[in-house]
Amino acid sequence: METFLLISETLSQWMIPLVILGVALAAKYRDVPMYESFVTGAKEGFNVVVMIIPYLVAILFVIKVFLASGLFEDVRWMAARGLGSIGLEAAAESLELMPLALTRPLSGGAAQGVFVDLIQPKENGGRFGPDSYIGNTASLMMGSTETTFYVLSVYFGSIGIKRFRHTLPACLIADAAGLCAALFFGWLLFT
Amino acid sequence: MLNRIWFWLLLIGVCYAPAKAIVAPVLGIDLATVSPETGEVVPPPSIADMGKEVTTAAIDGAKAAVDLCLSLIGPMVLWLGVMQVAKDAGLVDGLAYLMRPLMRWLFPEVPNGHPAQGAMLMNISANMLNLGNASTSFGLKAMQGLQELNTTEETATNSMATFLAINTSSVTIIPFTIIGLRAAAGSEDPAGPLFGIFLATLCSTCIAVLAVRTLSKLPAFTATAPAPPNAAALATNEEGA
Repeated sequence: METFLLISETLSQWMIPLVILGVALAAKYRDVPMYESFVTGAKEGFNVVVMIIPYLVAILFVIKVFLASGLFEDVRWMAARGLGSIGLEAAAESLELMPLALTRPLSGGAAQGVFVDLIQPKENGGRFGPDSYIGNTASLMMGSTETTFYVLSVYFGSIGIKRFRHTLPACLIADAAGLCAALFFGWLLFT
Repeated sequence: MLNRIWFWLLLIGVCYAPAKAIVAPVLGIDLATVSPETGEVVPPPSIADMGKEVTTAAIDGAKAAVDLCLSLIGPMVLWLGVMQVAKDAGLVDGLAYLMRPLMRWLFPEVPNGHPAQGAMLMNISANMLNLGNASTSFGLKAMQGLQELNTTEETATNSMATFLAINTSSVTIIPFTIIGLRAAAGSEDPAGPLFGIFLATLCSTCIAVLAVRTLSKLPAFTATAPAPPNAAALATNEEGA
């Protein structure tokens, strides 16, 4: 395990330099004028990002306001009460994952906050710890879903698309499928 | 659709907390909470405080969006530069050539050899390796390519929907961020969920493709589909490639 961790850590740190080096080596082999071709490609970067700003402000501001309302905490509290009152306290534990499931499509930063809170070990005042059922399943959920609203507004914003047609429902279905798969594999692998 | 979602998020965001504060006493619910650390009873925030909180959230959200974009400029310029080098070296076309049958099936509207094909593949590969900013750069480049094939200005094509569905459910081989966060939390097995994440993302990607294909055939969405790009333009494009 130690060695695997070390390899994974080293690989993650070296991934980007190695990818860039690989590209440069291939370019050298093919005799590409790389400096010139780099600059040609890079020129577009700035404009694309500036184009996104209004779309991203529109979506992130409304999501922040929504998250600040405290609706999620109340829904979770009520669902936990409901399950508890019909004698399903064990299932009520899984509800601790609900804020993560609900914030994930809306905000990457908020979801990461919830996630880090769930995997805090008990000695640091956390409730579950990274190696508990909840901690492991939360990791699966983080890995298998995306910040859908952010991705859609950035990607469509960059080319000025305003009517998304079936993109949003399809992406939300994919997110829901990812969450269900994460819960299923969490239950299969970690209980 | 987004117009409606935007409105409801805003309405709920602004009205939920004050509405709760007004309705709860009428129903006889005590909103005071007990702080877990000190055991003291914390009274619910006043309505004025709630207003302040919503204001802060709105301004913070706007600021965070611009900060995010500014911090994206550097990596974006870097990765688009690297991609151009990779393209001139023939790497992107090589990858596109290998994956051609799959890409034809997923994106029938995108002709072989079109720049969007290579950029989409680069985006999906970067996503698998968890290269964060790099995948965004390639993804935006791919969207530009897809927009060239779009016969309308502001309506998404089927290819765009398919691409984004695959993108948001992307198969992950090495989720570095999650391993890092788990290691930081003192996990004995930070890479434990790796295989589970791979399986779960595999499921979600399959369902994403299935969902996007099924939805695109619904009458409500076929009616709004942009007309397919001009056949003559496509033919010249393929000859050029």
